[in-house]
Amino acid sequence: MKCAGWKCSLSLGFVLGTILLGAAPLAGEATPSPAVTPSLLSPKISMTAALLSEPPEPAQTIGEKLKELEQGVEEAKSKGDNAWMLVSAALVLMMTGPGLALFYGGLVRQKNTLAIMMQSFALMALITVMWALVGYSLCFGGSGPVIGGFEHAFLRGVGAEPNPDYAATIPQMTFMVYQLMFAVITPALIAGATAERMKFSGTVLFMALWFLVVYAPLAHMVWGKGGLLNASLGGKFPTLDFAGGTVVHISSGVSALVCALYMGKRVGYPKQPMPPHSLVLSFIGACLLWVGWFGFNAGSALAAGSLASSAFVATHFGAAAAAFSWSTVEWIKNGRASALGAISGAVAGLVAITPAAGFVRPMPALGIGAVAGVVCFGMVTKVKTAFGYDDALDAFGVHGAGGTIGALLTGVFAQQVVNPIFGVGKAVGGLDGHWGQVGNQLVGVLIAWAFALVGTIILLKIVDLLIGIRVPEEQELEGLDITQHGEEAYNLET
Amino acid sequence: MMKLEAIIQPSRFESVKDALREIGVEGMTVTEVRGHGRQKGHTEVYRGREYTVDLLPKIKLEMVLPDALVNRVVDTILKSAKTGKIGDGKIFLSRVEEAIRIRNEERGENAL
Repeated sequence: MKCAGWKCSLSLGFVLGTILLGAAPLAGEATPSPAVTPSLLSPKISMTAALLSEPPEPAQTIGEKLKELEQGVEEAKSKGDNAWMLVSAALVLMMTGPGLALFYGGLVRQKNTLAIMMQSFALMALITVMWALVGYSLCFGGSGPVIGGFEHAFLRGVGAEPNPDYAATIPQMTFMVYQLMFAVITPALIAGATAERMKFSGTVLFMALWFLVVYAPLAHMVWGKGGLLNASLGGKFPTLDFAGGTVVHISSGVSALVCALYMGKRVGYPKQPMPPHSLVLSFIGACLLWVGWFGFNAGSALAAGSLASSAFVATHFGAAAAAFSWSTVEWIKNGRASALGAISGAVAGLVAITPAAGFVRPMPALGIGAVAGVVCFGMVTKVKTAFGYDDALDAFGVHGAGGTIGALLTGVFAQQVVNPIFGVGKAVGGLDGHWGQVGNQLVGVLIAWAFALVGTIILLKIVDLLIGIRVPEEQELEGLDITQHGEEAYNLET
Repeated sequence: MMKLEAIIQPSRFESVKDALREIGVEGMTVTEVRGHGRQKGHTEVYRGREYTVDLLPKIKLEMVLPDALVNRVVDTILKSAKTGKIGDGKIFLSRVEEAIRIRNEERGENAL
């Protein structure tokens, strides 16, 4: 059999080879070594020949066929989900670099552009390494109420097999790398409050500790199995947080406020003008954030099904409504709708819709966005001025406030028709008649606030004692680009 | 010989330049400058924070003219640079003692 097939293929290959060989000179150029052609062609032909000459297999039982089909369907579903989740992971990384780096980069003064961009970029490297060593395990290993364990340290046991507790249809490797991107962007958001005056060394040490002490426990409490605030895996106070209203935005926003208060105002603030050096950069960054947020929120469905579609739509609607409402209020108050206002509004809406994205229908999403736009406008224009803290790029005003509003409104608008997280037919949020969920949300919000507040104060003190957190005044005046990195963002005249 | 310095609105620069070329002005030096007279700048608002921008971008033209051409040039600039609003700028005239062309050391009006 095999021998016959081999002979057959050889002869066929030879014939084809001869034809090709003969044709080569017709093409006008002598092909260097057409002798390879027969050997390239022959394997395929030999396989076909072998199949043709094999006797028919015994008929499968219906049961076997069904099993095979089911397996095929499972595999196809898993591949579809995996494709979406890998794209989502890449989209979330894009939010940090270039999204956030450009958004923040444009808002600072020219002399601090590279420094703020570098803070985002450094976290892409730093948190990734920490995530691989212990971070993933602390967030998603074990089943304690406050923090995970070390079972997945060094990514032990994280491979092609899904982790059915979190995402049953995608390799745990995909889940791991997707969650990593959240851990990267969260500390990067804090840099908005400390912009233009924080030491680079201090930033690196603070962010590394903050990731371990504040982010990892919060992520485990809200999303990890057995976590105190987990909504579907046995939490005591089931807090709905689809994509990180508490874990990402409240934690970073509140920590940002603490940092701004601890570090004090920039030299010359608020008397000296400190306008954004390039709103064009900020504009591009905000648009990248908006697009990346689809990976952040719709990806948090952890599958490519209808829940992802629902979260996608809610995300987009939330952003649009907030851009609209911020601009409208600004237009009424200042007589003009500014570009910075419109993009800030969109980001505020994206923040607020984050915890709600996979729980609410499109109309409530518009509502949540609209409220967030107005409230965050008030936070950055009125509240900041009234209290006099220097949250340089409004990390607290947008992420802290937007995240809090979003988390609370999620309790109001979550519906089981969108996501029956407490079981089929069971009421989820206030609209379903389960107003107690607003209370659960409040508990989640308060714990996130408390954790961020206390953790950040302690860490700032430690880092300040060890290596210092703020640059000396003369370095601040000269700019962080030169003093911290030895470079300038723009050398246009050389 | 007279030296003419004119500070004008950047938006009027192209028409001033074209008008001067039409009456035969052959050279000028142009600088982008910032400043204000009675105009006093404008306010910008970034996330509710107001900044007064009092040094506004202007264009400064400098040229040294033979006496015969001075009045025509002044008239031309007045016409072509005027928008009628505050902030249109000013023209300053001063006497020039000597002009020397570096290439061939010509002096006086011949050097212009």
